[in-house]
Amino acid sequence: MIIETDTSTTYTDPGVDGMVSDWSADRQAFDLPWGKLMMWIFLLSDTFIFSVFLTGYMNVRMSQTAVWPNPSEVFALEVFGTHMPLILIAIMTFVLITSSGTMAMAVNYAYNGDRRKTAILMGATALLGASFVGMQAFEWTKLIEEGVRPWGNPMGAAQFGSAFFMITGFHGLHVTAGVIYLSIVARKVARGDYEEKGYAIVEITGLYWHFVDLVWVFIFAFFYLW
Amino acid sequence: MSETSGQQHPVGVYLKVWILLFVLSTFSYLVDFYHVEGYLRWTLILIFMALKAGFILAIFMHVAWERLALKYVLFVPLSAVAILILLMAIEGDYTFLTRETFFDQ
Repeated sequence: MIIETDTSTTYTDPGVDGMVSDWSADRQAFDLPWGKLMMWIFLLSDTFIFSVFLTGYMNVRMSQTAVWPNPSEVFALEVFGTHMPLILIAIMTFVLITSSGTMAMAVNYAYNGDRRKTAILMGATALLGASFVGMQAFEWTKLIEEGVRPWGNPMGAAQFGSAFFMITGFHGLHVTAGVIYLSIVARKVARGDYEEKGYAIVEITGLYWHFVDLVWVFIFAFFYLW
Repeated sequence: MSETSGQQHPVGVYLKVWILLFVLSTFSYLVDFYHVEGYLRWTLILIFMALKAGFILAIFMHVAWERLALKYVLFVPLSAVAILILLMAIEGDYTFLTRETFFDQ
């Protein structure tokens, strides 16, 4: 018996009908290169990790009876004699957004076949990421010098330190990994390694990088601004 | 799908979102800078956060142009996170009340 595959609706039907036909047809369910699907699955698992960190932070912050240190003051800096609350964190946020922008451009140029511009923009993204990690190292140093430890700090609730080092540390680790990942892929793009395979790899790397930026949006809102 | 075709969109849309993200980040920083407090503070922070996250996901990560099959894979599991947040908020509140009742001086 010959089973005829219905190709009339190949990844074109919109909405729920389209999802049903994607899943029920005799072909792969997801209209993506496998590497991109696997990156999405990884990012989903990573979402759970960061969600659990932030939920844990919410729980300890809600349940402690001591005063929670005011992040606006803890992360304030004196800039040219002016007291600026949260200024370093704001700069870090802008650096990360800028890097997301250069990454989006890199993906665009990659699919247009402009290897040179793709590699340059990915390099710029990696540099911005590295400067983010540098500023984070500065911030950690400052807080450690002020006596903030995972088990206590002079400003108030002891849980502040553990939540801070755990959440920003894990995020910084992701940025560091992203910088290495970007550098490797940028070099391979520049060498022309993907001329035959195609440039989906740049979009996949971009997904990871935008995710790092996305996580920072939540950390910025819940940890620094709350 | 062929391995070569991918998400291609006009550069303009990326630039617009990029600028928008800058503006939204500035707004959320200003919430802190001008010491907006109380419910207005939480509302503004959450609105700016949701908008930023939404634009990064939809445009930069191309989710807006993906098939519904992928969107469901990405977002349905997050309902488990929502339940965890709800449970831990209830539990955190209970722990706080217990501590206030039994450990206060």
